[in-house]
Amino acid sequence: MAHGPSSSFKNPVVNWLDQRLPIFTMIQKEYGVFPTPRNFNYFWNFGAIAMIMLVTMIVSGIVLAMHYTPNTNLAFNSVERIMRDVNFGWLIRYIHMNGASFFFIAVYIHIFRGLYYGSYKKPRELLWIIGVVIFLLMMATAFMGYVLPWGQMSFWGATVITNLFSALPLVGQDIVTLLWGGFSVDNPTLNRFFALHYLLPFVIAAVVFLHVAALHVTGSNNPLGVEPKGPQDTLPFHPYYTVKDSFGTVVYLAIFAAFVFYAPNFFGEPDNYIQANPMVTPPHIVPEWYFLPYYAILRSITFDISIPFTGLKLIEAKLGGVIAMFGSIAILFILPWLDTSPVRSARFRPIFKKGILAFLVAFFLLMYVGAQTADAAWHLGGLEIPLVYVGQFATLVYFGFFLSLPFVGLIEKPLPLPASIAKPVLGGGASAAGATAKPMEKA
Amino acid sequence: MRRLRSLILAGLVAVAAAAPAVASEEMEYPKNEWSHGGVTRGFSNIFGTFDRKALQRGFQVYKEVCSACHSMNLLSYRNLAALGYNEAEITAIAAGYDMTDGPNDEGEMFTRKGVPADHFKAPFPNEKAAAAANGGKAPPDLSLIVKARKGGEDYIVALLTGFEPAPAGFTVPSGGNYNKAFPGHVIAMPPPLSDGGVTFADGTKATVEQQAKDVATFLAWAAEPNLEARHQMGLKVMIFLIVLAGILYAAKRAVWADQH
Repeated sequence: MAHGPSSSFKNPVVNWLDQRLPIFTMIQKEYGVFPTPRNFNYFWNFGAIAMIMLVTMIVSGIVLAMHYTPNTNLAFNSVERIMRDVNFGWLIRYIHMNGASFFFIAVYIHIFRGLYYGSYKKPRELLWIIGVVIFLLMMATAFMGYVLPWGQMSFWGATVITNLFSALPLVGQDIVTLLWGGFSVDNPTLNRFFALHYLLPFVIAAVVFLHVAALHVTGSNNPLGVEPKGPQDTLPFHPYYTVKDSFGTVVYLAIFAAFVFYAPNFFGEPDNYIQANPMVTPPHIVPEWYFLPYYAILRSITFDISIPFTGLKLIEAKLGGVIAMFGSIAILFILPWLDTSPVRSARFRPIFKKGILAFLVAFFLLMYVGAQTADAAWHLGGLEIPLVYVGQFATLVYFGFFLSLPFVGLIEKPLPLPASIAKPVLGGGASAAGATAKPMEKA
Repeated sequence: MRRLRSLILAGLVAVAAAAPAVASEEMEYPKNEWSHGGVTRGFSNIFGTFDRKALQRGFQVYKEVCSACHSMNLLSYRNLAALGYNEAEITAIAAGYDMTDGPNDEGEMFTRKGVPADHFKAPFPNEKAAAAANGGKAPPDLSLIVKARKGGEDYIVALLTGFEPAPAGFTVPSGGNYNKAFPGHVIAMPPPLSDGGVTFADGTKATVEQQAKDVATFLAWAAEPNLEARHQMGLKVMIFLIVLAGILYAAKRAVWADQH
């Protein structure tokens, strides 16, 4: 990072160290004076919050691993021993359990922020893609972590989700056998899930490092979506954003703590307090709340896709559902190239703004549908609307939002952009006429 | 941004409003007052503590009635200290059970009196035996039952007081009993409680409702023995975080004062 002569520090020990390994210079450069757009709103706190949650999960998880036993006969009781007999075990376990939910809440808000303000656009495409990789790793980690307590929902959730891979042609069944380490979800499955659940968070930490490194190449986006054009548009990261991030993080932690101490089982399923029993299927298998939208997309594909008039089946409904589910995440990878508009922030994009709100409503709708039984229905007056249709409609909106972006960019007339960040913030000529021409050019 | 927020809210409200209209077989149970706030009810009573007298009465109900069929494998007699029993009382309770231990140096299993460190003695030697003695299905372990059922303590009370004659046209298969709170309404367990079925030492009238509530309190404690410690620590943590947030907000205002 920093080459050539380092800056000199007053403290001789710091100076000695820094001349040999310039970490203090690096911290100073990347977190001290690092020029940061001056107009962040509180949405920009969620990167720091997600980082704190990752650390919380790793620390609490390592302590749990010291007391946990990954064996199908002992796992459930070892978790209960943590809850009952380990000093403050209940606290550590409830932090870890609810921490997963609050990690996902922070990351979902972080991702939505990126969508809304166009943070995925040039030159931040790779930064965005690395972020999607982190999200995928988080999903894998959370899924395997949920299996470890070996409750009924652990076991049956693992059975349902791993079975999805069997829909893949040719290799499907082999992949499932590999995941299971046998012919059903059993002790080998639990052991490999535990090993991977311990490994993946460190992989996430490494990829987060890449995410932050890439961020510090391009610099942050901001609510206006126009690049800083000079020192008047930026502030040093410290103290302005260290203090703002600290405040936001502590508020978030307070909400987190309220759940840990006063509603620790709010996000949980009662069935997971019953030890796994391969002979008894729970009446209603649901994944954790943060997977519900994708689960709803999976269940929305209830039809085979065939060539019309020939009866030739191209894609069975099960495979179609799996493709749609993975596609709903995979589409994020190509988002930077789907969106053809040169304007980043939704503030200046009237059509995109409506689209992203529809997308958000569809996302919550899918989350709701995913939590209901497959045959549930809405009764509005005399009208019965099966939730499958609601889920299919929301799935359509979900994909429609992304797939319409190339055209939206062509037909949309963006609102006039401010000449620079400093102008609207400092109130010097908010109209900024004539600034619409080439908004994305860097100064 | 404001319009965005109101749109999100409107969307959420629409979803929430539609939710109750969903045809669902899930049952609602009458809500009772719990001094501990209810283990599965979030934010119900952040200062809640268990009613010690109810805990002791509930333990008595479990010991004299439920434990004939239901195990509580995750509990030890030493845990009863939380109910307000002293060491001598706990030792006496544990000594009331014969435990199989061993093998000893001769390789023989032997029987000894229970000690406080022993887990609650299960009514059957194993799950197969429990199933065989109960029409093919073992009665569930009660250690976590309050957290393992939707409705928590309220469900336990509804179930224990929910036995009644089947409505006309409802056929109860042999070996089953009609219960209005049980999902599907047919339960293998016969009505376990009866008015005056136990005699409480503190003079409380042992109605079915009273026993049901007391044993539900006891089972809530068994499922979540650290509830009181959690509530107490939560208060300190919340005060700390809110004060810290206030200080940081003031710091943020001071740092940003020259930028607005």
